[in-house]
Amino acid sequence: MLNFSGLNPIYTMRKMIILLAVFSFMSCKKEVTSPETTVSEPEKAVVADQPKPIKVYEKDGIKVASYDFNAFEPFLKKDNDTTYVVNFWATWCVPCVEELPHFEKLNTTYKDQKVKVLLVSLDMPQKVESNLLPFVKKKSMQSEVIYLNDPDANAWISKVDTAWSGAIPATVIYKGGQRKFYEQQFTYEALEKELKSVMK
Amino acid sequence: MKAIKFLALTLVVGAISAFTMIKPAAGYKVGDVATDFSLKNVDNKKVSLADFKAAKGFIVVFTCNHCPYAQAYEDRIIALDKKYKKLGYPVIAINPNNPAKQKDDSFELMQVRAKEKNFTFPYLLDEGQKVYPQYGATKTPHVYILQKTKVGNVVKYIGAIDDNYSDAAAVKEKYAENALDALLKNKEVAVKETKAIGCSIKT
Repeated sequence: MLNFSGLNPIYTMRKMIILLAVFSFMSCKKEVTSPETTVSEPEKAVVADQPKPIKVYEKDGIKVASYDFNAFEPFLKKDNDTTYVVNFWATWCVPCVEELPHFEKLNTTYKDQKVKVLLVSLDMPQKVESNLLPFVKKKSMQSEVIYLNDPDANAWISKVDTAWSGAIPATVIYKGGQRKFYEQQFTYEALEKELKSVMK
Repeated sequence: MKAIKFLALTLVVGAISAFTMIKPAAGYKVGDVATDFSLKNVDNKKVSLADFKAAKGFIVVFTCNHCPYAQAYEDRIIALDKKYKKLGYPVIAINPNNPAKQKDDSFELMQVRAKEKNFTFPYLLDEGQKVYPQYGATKTPHVYILQKTKVGNVVKYIGAIDDNYSDAAAVKEKYAENALDALLKNKEVAVKETKAIGCSIKT
């Protein structure tokens, strides 16, 4: 009786399993590392006071400060024991508007636990007074809303996170040097889970 | 033996799902060859890149009706087509959104928009949303400039049309035009990738 071990189904199956195990390991690894980025360079000395807006819009008791990216950047680099949840949105962006209540809820729920939610609007300049301010008023928004007006987005998108393609909604959660970036829409549960992973 | 078969199957499924999860996010890089497609145009005819025998390349723009950023760029997309079609680089616009999720981006409303704005280029619906993940488009508008070569349509530029969505008059860098001008002169594209804010693709 001839025995071709190479053709033995169990041997081939074993080989296949090893191969597949290697493959799935490789692909899984790729998957888990991609959404998370850590700031490698040491934080620059951050000025203690609030970043200075280049303009403040005001209407019907609603005030929204406007920044270009340079003026805004310190909001992404505060180095203290507070966890910052920075969400990029716009009134015209349907998935953004859908997830806003979750950020509001997070802001209220974690108010006393050193968590700060910052909602960064990317509305068009000509829509700030007609859309953004009335929206903030109508929704009685409690989290801080600011306006980022810097049309040269290619110059700053990667400074928020190199993984960001520019699609919104997008969110950064950070505490000191611990930082995570998400180009996605959140449910409250998912958002809270991510907050906790950075807070700890 | 049964256990081994089961294990192998689990691994196969695992491996496949892991790969399919990664792929849409990856998409084309500059230098990759873009595959052709056959998508329905607003005139109800199918359009493929292969139909454009005389073209030197393509300006593939993922865009849509509803997105304010896409709207802000409509006139500039028309201008690109008018300028570069006769030089061999026509615009091919593709709506990547799922109309079931974004009613303003239905095929019927695409037809309306194309007529209203007198689009001079095909405006295709990515029916079944199979094409945009291959490209790796994540938002509208999202531009891919392809150059026709012997090996296929090679991706030469990915990103924004220019550096100012809100004010065409204030534009300093015309990224897409710079890339096209370089290709027409057989020169290397200097800025191969840029980023822009856009509306996420609705799935």
